Amino acid sequence: MSLIVEVSNLSYTYEDGTQALKEIDFELEDGATIALLGANGSGKTTFVHHLNGILPGSGQPSGSIISSGSIIIDGLPMTGKNLREIRKRVGLVFQDSDNQLFMPSVLEDVTFGPLAWGMTQAEAVERAEAALDRVGLRHKADKAPWHLSAGEKKRAAIAGILATDARLLVLDEPTTFLDPPGQRALSDLLASLPQAKILVTHDSAFARGLTGEAVFFDAGTIAARGPIAAMVQRHGWQ
Amino acid sequence: MLLVSIATLTQNTLIACALYLALLIAAAAAAGLPIPAMLRGAAAVLPFALCFAVVSALAGDPGRGAMLVVRGYLSALAALLLIATTPMPDLIAGLEWLHAPRFLLQTMQFLYRYLIVLMEEAGAMRQAALARSGSVWDRKLRFRRAAAAAGVLFARAHARARAIHRAMLSRGFEGRLPAFRRIPFRTSDAAFLIVACVLTIAVRAAFR
Amino acid sequence: MHIPDGFLSIPVWGTMDVVAVPSIAYLARRAQREFDHHRVPLMGVMGAFIFAAQMINFPVGNGTSGHLVGGALLSFTLGPAAASIVMTAILATQALVFQDGGLLALGANVFNMAIAGVLAGYLPYALLRGRRAGVFLGGMLSVLVSAALALAELLRSGVKMPPAVLTVSIALFAVSAIIEGAITLAVVQALERIEPGFLRRPRGIHGKGVRALAVTSAVLAGAGIYVASRRPDAIEQLAAQTGFSSHARTFFSSPLTDYKAPLAGLIGLLIIYLLCLGVSRALGREGA
Repeated sequence: MSLIVEVSNLSYTYEDGTQALKEIDFELEDGATIALLGANGSGKTTFVHHLNGILPGSGQPSGSIISSGSIIIDGLPMTGKNLREIRKRVGLVFQDSDNQLFMPSVLEDVTFGPLAWGMTQAEAVERAEAALDRVGLRHKADKAPWHLSAGEKKRAAIAGILATDARLLVLDEPTTFLDPPGQRALSDLLASLPQAKILVTHDSAFARGLTGEAVFFDAGTIAARGPIAAMVQRHGWQ
Repeated sequence: MLLVSIATLTQNTLIACALYLALLIAAAAAAGLPIPAMLRGAAAVLPFALCFAVVSALAGDPGRGAMLVVRGYLSALAALLLIATTPMPDLIAGLEWLHAPRFLLQTMQFLYRYLIVLMEEAGAMRQAALARSGSVWDRKLRFRRAAAAAGVLFARAHARARAIHRAMLSRGFEGRLPAFRRIPFRTSDAAFLIVACVLTIAVRAAFR
Repeated sequence: MHIPDGFLSIPVWGTMDVVAVPSIAYLARRAQREFDHHRVPLMGVMGAFIFAAQMINFPVGNGTSGHLVGGALLSFTLGPAAASIVMTAILATQALVFQDGGLLALGANVFNMAIAGVLAGYLPYALLRGRRAGVFLGGMLSVLVSAALALAELLRSGVKMPPAVLTVSIALFAVSAIIEGAITLAVVQALERIEPGFLRRPRGIHGKGVRALAVTSAVLAGAGIYVASRRPDAIEQLAAQTGFSSHARTFFSSPLTDYKAPLAGLIGLLIIYLLCLGVSRALGREGA
């Protein structure tokens, strides 16, 4: 099985001098699911923001864009040239769906990705409608984002990612703002998707529903990797 | 639709006004809008207009003042008609057709999109502030607290803008936003436009 | 301060629309800088911020509270060109969604508040290099200039205002201006505590820029006085008091005068506009 993510020796320091990531090594197989656990500020979000290149810089494609170390996504090394291709493959679902659904209607938002990647209007709409069907929101295609519930917004955000054939889904704290039924619906949806998934989460129960493996972040390093249950026990994470 | 408003706003005599009123009400009915609510809505402009009317009356020219009130009211009604029948995305698309700068229109689009979100944030902060200092009588302190609240709101707005930008980059934004939807200009639209223009101009001309 | 439709006469709102359109096009291009749409989310969100910030009450008196207008604040944090565009977006949204301000009068409102007001707010800040006095004056001038222009346009359109009412209006504007200055200063200070990087530190304007600014300020002040002193209705009032016949009165309010007098005023406004344009170009070279 091929690796969809290969990170070696990744380090990153903020402008003010705090080191957010210290020599991280990380691998993920294509189609696998893994959870990233750890306290707030341990570097989980900083790490995943490196996976599609929005860190370290302000995101403009430029020469050297990694603090230090190397990142390879789906066989593509992270360079300015590959940035566009990499961003097509990596679907990052942000914690606050309102920041992700930035277009005035759900359909316009889901077509944003395909259009940005160069598809025609017709193709984009076709893909968008298929994606919305997949997440069960086709009937809300013309609604404005503020008319959706938190769970619907999350699903709409995922539809936006699915519409572009992302190979890797990265979800940052997906259960925030969701009530238990919403969480269950999300869990079911994610379980049905074949793509590789990285779940950044505080909710070990949610993670356990989707994967057996987890990585534990601690102060910018990966402290451990292994079965979730063991991780939770060893680091007192409940 | 816009043309109807424009023509409406240039009349001078009373009977014309009554006819325009009838026209606007007819249009509203055709669009399926609740008429009493609309009439009340247009009255929002009245206080402003009435002030001037009173002043005019005192200055010896009540006719002018009355005219001001009527014109203000009719304009407001026409505008309300436009607003009530056209959703914002269509309005923006219409403005693009009029060649408004795209940069401005995209700003408006984002403004509109995040208006409710920020207002909710502001409302929540206001509640929190009230809960903590509702009984504070020191005006200076309350003033400074209000400034702090505004500052925090600003910082949140800024952080949100940064997060939105990151999300846009993640999804493929490379410096150009997608074009606005083009509203189809059907023959029924053309017919409506012609009829509306003819009617409004006729009324205006008849009472020159 | 938003002028609704139906108050301004055709020459006034017509000219203001004609003036506002190319100015906004120019400012949009300047704010955009090489087709860079990366700023759009920030500008949109800042616009929404202003709307939301207007919900915050700033107590200023016995039971009264003021609210942030924000043109000056926007110019300190986004730069004058971007601030103009954001204010325009706000005014357009207010007119098109909330029915606040007329549609035909939008050009006038945009000129008053988004162009002249923002620029007038930025000048003291830039000249005084971001010092507190500059912030306060900026807030104050932005409101004062917008209000003065609105008043001028209304008067020019023939709206009646006996001197007493005029004085009261001007007094009210002055008070709102001071309030805006105070609120703007307080918010700027709060921002500096949270994150000093929010505000742009103007490096001051040197050379011919300063001279252009001085000239502009003088002209703005002069234009204000010029317009105020040309009030046709004050003359009319005087005429009525000295027992002129009603015939003379109708002469004053005849359509002829309505079309001629505005012309002079509009030339004055046009001069202001051209100078503003020149100034913003000069400011632009400072990396604003």
